[in-house]
Amino acid sequence: MAPALVWLTALMVVPCALVLALAFFRRGIYGGIDYTFTLENFGLVFDPLYAGIFLKSARIAGTATLIAVVIGYAAAYAISAAPRRWQPVFLFFAVLPFWSNYLIRTYAWIVLLNREGLITQLLRWLGYTGEPPSMLYTEGAVIAGLVYNYLPFVILACYAPLSRLNPELAEASRDLGASAATTFRRVILPLTVPGIAAGAVFVFVLSIGNFVTPALLGGGRFQMIGNLVYDQFLTANDWPFGAALAMALIAIMLLVLMVQALAADRASGRAAQTKGDADG
Amino acid sequence: MAERSPVTRRTLWLVLSLVFAFLYIPIAVLVALSFNEGGLPTAWSGFSLKWYASLANNSAILSAALNTLIVALVSTAIATLLGTLLAIGVEMRRQYGKGLEALIFAPMIIPDIVLAIALLSFFSMLNLTMGLHTIILAHVVFNLAFVCSVVRARLKSFDWSIVEASADLGASAITTFRRVTLPVIAPAVIAGALLAFTLSVDEFIIAFFTAGAGRASTTLPMQIYAMIRFGITPEINALATIVMAVSITALTLSQRLNRGIIGQ
Repeated sequence: MAPALVWLTALMVVPCALVLALAFFRRGIYGGIDYTFTLENFGLVFDPLYAGIFLKSARIAGTATLIAVVIGYAAAYAISAAPRRWQPVFLFFAVLPFWSNYLIRTYAWIVLLNREGLITQLLRWLGYTGEPPSMLYTEGAVIAGLVYNYLPFVILACYAPLSRLNPELAEASRDLGASAATTFRRVILPLTVPGIAAGAVFVFVLSIGNFVTPALLGGGRFQMIGNLVYDQFLTANDWPFGAALAMALIAIMLLVLMVQALAADRASGRAAQTKGDADG
Repeated sequence: MAERSPVTRRTLWLVLSLVFAFLYIPIAVLVALSFNEGGLPTAWSGFSLKWYASLANNSAILSAALNTLIVALVSTAIATLLGTLLAIGVEMRRQYGKGLEALIFAPMIIPDIVLAIALLSFFSMLNLTMGLHTIILAHVVFNLAFVCSVVRARLKSFDWSIVEASADLGASAITTFRRVTLPVIAPAVIAGALLAFTLSVDEFIIAFFTAGAGRASTTLPMQIYAMIRFGITPEINALATIVMAVSITALTLSQRLNRGIIGQ
């Protein structure tokens, strides 16, 4: 196992530590790096201009997460309610698109959404004669792309607890007089929260740092954090600031993962408590 | 859906149909357009393979495809070896130190863009000339983590006492590995390798940052990205169809070899 650990240390830990260190230096006058200690780069992250991009990224990632979780949960529920022998087949086909190229899946939405794209054609065919709607290069297009790309994972994450659900629990709840809605809200939903949380964290983390989807579906000037980092390294040539942005991105990600871990701990603690009460 | 009311059943089937339509219509449109003679999404002008033929004559795409193949094969070979050994090492000792777990897990969750700029900074600080070799170094990082997690899943149910038995009976460590451990984990190793190959073939951002200047080390995803930025061309549709067919075949094989990895 030593060679693998050396590889990971040399090509992941050390480079990431280097980026962290870079964030504390100044940008040289001609690009490059001036090795004097500063906290300016982190201060700049909170500059209204850049803080605004962080907020926008969080809003877009949050919206995409919410939509993906609602659709993904409904799909996972429907799959778990299908006849047993069909469930693996449905699940396989739900996840399959996830394994095709990300760029291509995003490109497919350009074909659908552009001004002379398929949706415009469909509207024309239905008798619409006005200006083609501008759907591409909007925030909505970016959200649609993110939901499309990450939905399979949410379906997978939500299916796991739904398929393990004991059907007798729901029956018992119904027998005791609870409505279908109450049964869902008080029995099924709480037991499947871990799956929802895992799916939601995945979509949020991958969306907020995304670079390809905003670049392709958001258009040239559309920026999320990922694009901002890209610009600092490849166009603006301000590596220290880019490094600080990347570290802020990692901090957000760790925060989200920590919240999830805490919530999972509390949920399993509560489940154990309830079970203890029931057994006692 | 046996015990549910007809209305509920119909709603559930409707949900499934809508979700599958959402997932597959965009892809289906691309595939259909790749066979469209005129190449435009506006009108169907007849079935044709001419966009595939024009791909075969596009030297930029062919050299990018070759580069991708080199990167994917070499990085998969290295990652499969290292990842498998790592999985065996971790599972055999049952050392689940938190730091070690985090180190193995990190490449799978770290945002691509962060690993990309970290490696770019690192390579340029070392004054390393970047090219296919730096892409390979970078791809091994996440590939070995995925191979390791697939093989570890298999090893969770592995009975280590047979390894001890083999050693007690006088087999060398290498013979034990070759005759006892490897046959048990082989499907997981192959599944992990196929997964790594697919991830490497599709990976764009890290390759983009670690490829260095010049066209010599352009990979297929980098070429596709450049083509998409340039605009919609019928050639991308054909290329997309081929790339999707390749990754989906590799993944289906991987899934069959190691039932349930993706489903877990």
